[in-house]
Amino acid sequence: MAVRLTKDWIPVSEVLTRLKGNLGVFQFANVQREVVFIGFAGGKSQFGLKGEVASALEKYSDIAAFRFEITTAYHTRYRELLMAHIADHDTLPHYNEQITLGRLSPS
Amino acid sequence: MKLEMTQEQTLITGMVRKFVREEIVPLELNLDPDADELDPADRDRLIEKTKAMGLYGLGIPAEYGGPDIDLMTSTLIAIEMSQHRAGLYAPCYGTFGGAGLAQLFEATDEQKEQYLFPTLRGEKRGFFGLSEPSGGSDPARAIQTKAERDGDDWIINGGKLWISGADKADYGLVFARTDKDKGRNGVTCFIVDTDNPGFHVRRVVHTLRSAHYATELQFEDMRIPHANILGEVNKGFAIASHRLTRQRIPYAAGCLGVAIKAQEMALEYVPQRETFGAPLSSRQAIQWMLVDNEIDIKQATWITLEAAAKADNGEGFRKEAAMAKLVATEAGGRVVDRCMQMFGGLGVAKDLPLERWFREMRIRRIGEGPSEVQRHVIARELLGESLR
Repeated sequence: MAVRLTKDWIPVSEVLTRLKGNLGVFQFANVQREVVFIGFAGGKSQFGLKGEVASALEKYSDIAAFRFEITTAYHTRYRELLMAHIADHDTLPHYNEQITLGRLSPS
Repeated sequence: MKLEMTQEQTLITGMVRKFVREEIVPLELNLDPDADELDPADRDRLIEKTKAMGLYGLGIPAEYGGPDIDLMTSTLIAIEMSQHRAGLYAPCYGTFGGAGLAQLFEATDEQKEQYLFPTLRGEKRGFFGLSEPSGGSDPARAIQTKAERDGDDWIINGGKLWISGADKADYGLVFARTDKDKGRNGVTCFIVDTDNPGFHVRRVVHTLRSAHYATELQFEDMRIPHANILGEVNKGFAIASHRLTRQRIPYAAGCLGVAIKAQEMALEYVPQRETFGAPLSSRQAIQWMLVDNEIDIKQATWITLEAAAKADNGEGFRKEAAMAKLVATEAGGRVVDRCMQMFGGLGVAKDLPLERWFREMRIRRIGEGPSEVQRHVIARELLGESLR
């Protein structure tokens, strides 16, 4: 299983048609295709990824695209993606709040 | 043989039960079903409570500041502590503290200053690095990570798999082969700082236990001072083996707590839930599930408590610990499975903790030595030298 999420970006206009109520993780990118937010839809998320992504989009105005991964391991996958982002960029995505994370040095 | 708790044990277990039900369970209502940690403010507040109860630092010997509690009482406490959603792997979310890596109680004074005492103060975290991609159940032969002497240092190359907490740790105990011809007598335990340039956490390993990940580690020319050997060269397996044996008893206790709680939930639910005009509790099929649960729980409880009693009495308890681990993990799985069946659709939903217990309980039959290895340990104890 790949550490990083490398699927193609999807325009935000397609959120409602591409997402269902699954559990999973997602990323938001700005127009430069830089990851600016990583989130997840967990067991308490209303309408799963569809609801969580739509709700997060309302908070940020500069989101151009998103991508997602359906997984029941949303809790650990979310942390893995954040750690991989720190390994690649030395910082969390712009809109993510500070949380306690481990150190990952993926090959 | 006395089969009842002492007055002190009754008092302590009652106190822990109240703590779990009044402090932990209400917080879980607002947490993600897969959460494995509390909000830091809640955690700090509850740690103050466990300290006030005199139970903080369970597992730490009294001479190092832990509560003076025998293994029997610790086991009874562990049964109570796991009776909530995250209880199997994160009992009370760590608010009772922990012993860290118990092997460090045997460390040199310098090693204790550098690693043990900061860990007990909550300033450092450690990990236990034994299992490798080549296997975890037979570490004596499966360990391929090797350490070679180079002057006053050792150079370690290799990797570990299924390691919990290594990504957040400050140091770890890493078992490496120091003599390729000596099997279990060719393994040494090294204390390794995770800021060493040769130490890498390569990936997260996702499992059924989706609340928490394991990691895969890689060591590339990791230079470790000779002074960081824990114990003696080529004597590392005894350190690992002792830990594995003793750990089996609280491991079993955690499964028992979850099984007890699942059964309690089922007993409350089946008289209320009606099907075809009668409560579920009136159905013989349901009654038999409850009976089988009760028998599973009792059998596993007595076997686990016997193991703890033998350890407290200074008797050999390798066989009993293996039996406890084997019976409690398998019984726990059956009990949770039956309870899930009684709850029907609700049983598999994340609304109830049964769904998480079902997934995590499955791992218990593999972690800390799978059922087959426990049977092998028991057979070896029964047959002795004739089996070797």
